[in-house]
Amino acid sequence: MKIAICLGSVPDTTTKVKFTNNNTEFDTTGVQWVINPWDELSLTRALELKEDTSAGIEKVSVINVGERGTEPTIRKALAIGADDAIRIDAIPKDAYFIAAQIAEVIKKEGFDIVLCGIESSDYNGASVGGMLAEFLNFPSVSAVSKLEIENGKVKFNRDIDGGKEIVISQIPVVAIVQKGISKEPRIPSMRGIMMARKKPLNVVPAIETDALTEFVSFEMPTSKGKCKLVDSENVKELVELLHNEAKVI
Amino acid sequence: MSVLVYTENWDGKFKKLSFELVSYANKISEMLNTTTIALSMGNVDDDELTKLANYGATKIVSVKDEKLNNLDNQLYASVIAQVAEKENSSVVVFSNNNVGKALAPRLSVKLKAGLASAITKLPINIAPFTVYKKVFSGNGFTNVVIKTEKKILTLSQNSYEIIETGGTADIENFSADLGMTAGTEVTDVNKQTGKIILTDAEIVVSGGRGMKSGEQWGPIEELAELFGAATACTRPVSDEGWRPHEEHTGQTGKIIAPNLYFACGISGAIQHLAGVSSSKVIVAINKDNEAPIFEAADYGIIGDVHKVLPDMIEAIKELKSQ
Repeated sequence: MKIAICLGSVPDTTTKVKFTNNNTEFDTTGVQWVINPWDELSLTRALELKEDTSAGIEKVSVINVGERGTEPTIRKALAIGADDAIRIDAIPKDAYFIAAQIAEVIKKEGFDIVLCGIESSDYNGASVGGMLAEFLNFPSVSAVSKLEIENGKVKFNRDIDGGKEIVISQIPVVAIVQKGISKEPRIPSMRGIMMARKKPLNVVPAIETDALTEFVSFEMPTSKGKCKLVDSENVKELVELLHNEAKVI
Repeated sequence: MSVLVYTENWDGKFKKLSFELVSYANKISEMLNTTTIALSMGNVDDDELTKLANYGATKIVSVKDEKLNNLDNQLYASVIAQVAEKENSSVVVFSNNNVGKALAPRLSVKLKAGLASAITKLPINIAPFTVYKKVFSGNGFTNVVIKTEKKILTLSQNSYEIIETGGTADIENFSADLGMTAGTEVTDVNKQTGKIILTDAEIVVSGGRGMKSGEQWGPIEELAELFGAATACTRPVSDEGWRPHEEHTGQTGKIIAPNLYFACGISGAIQHLAGVSSSKVIVAINKDNEAPIFEAADYGIIGDVHKVLPDMIEAIKELKSQ
């Protein structure tokens, strides 16, 4: 079986977010790019499965939609242990555009399990995985917190709103994964970093497709009014404020 | 034309979020000068279905079939697409919960309809269709234009008020084409019982590393119990195993928007705030007066949580007894 990880290159989670060009673009000045946190967990899980020979995973590939600037992030995934990578050379316009591009590559290369993070930590669309599954006409399982391979099928723990389910899926399948899929993301070893330089990173052209949505402008969050402090000896006053002023209790 | 709203039920009873969604969809219908159609999938009886009329749905499409007992995203999306096409829906509204997030993107591709997710407000403009939403985990906001004729929105929970309109509606039992074989099968369900669901809760009491240890969670649970609130925690707390992972709230955990959020012994790291900043009122209790949580909070007490929480519990009991 072959596993594909859809890999997003996102600003480090501690980035001070700023906008530029009259608030129409994200200001990338000084931004550190990292693997989207959920994609990093997916990759870790895929590698664990590959190492467990009973799972029968031959190859773990990463697929990214981005310009040349995302290559250091892709190389990091190779250093962590992915076997090869494909970069689809395009500026990601929206989730639909990204999913259409990745679908094209997956159709050509043929993967059995496709892992997508539940969202990207930048645009928070939470939609590429589901869209990709529909483009491919694959089943999809979302909010996955555990993934195992059993008798040629894939077994998932999926979060439902108010509980958990065990779901068995045929392959091929798209899994949309969240926290829990692997305990902690792997860190590349020195040897991994050396080897990553020689691993294939193939660049393919984008296909012609529309974006269905457009981010026309950005704003910074407005800061809240000053926090009203209450003395720690007078907790009752806070309770009264919540009752009479905020009216939330 | 119509606005279609995908409702959710739990053992045949509508979840509160369904009434919120219908209220929201109905407001969009007013803006577009059209009608609201509610879609219910699964076994819901007519008495329960009729409740949706009370929030503005003028037609209720009910799809009942054994094949829909389990959520297979592909099959569900195909049924929703059939209904959206039949009703000529120009907007389809989902919740931004696990189910909505699983189905809306699939429908987007099926209908070639632009999707804007995790919306908290009504569209700010109809032409071009523009919605305002959070990006960068709450560190920014954007105006997104949906360029297609058909649009899909997912609404964050607890972000729109439930408005009773007191109308009536026709119920239509729709026989969808269910010819497709489901690729997935649910073999076990473990429903959380007797506990408030974190993402549904109106009040959430949450603890951070300042609580010192998992054994010292008593006051948080007691406070939560007084309100019928859910309990939550920060990432270090769930990583330490003091609390279950399901309670982890923050950028990589659950994103919540309750009416009232108690942050107890939480410093307010940017990743934690990303998961809670949409709360309507935040109360922070922390002994460090420079903790960033006070920047995000509406009310705060600088002090030791283990001294403040028992006083708070007393004061709330007193308020309740009045």
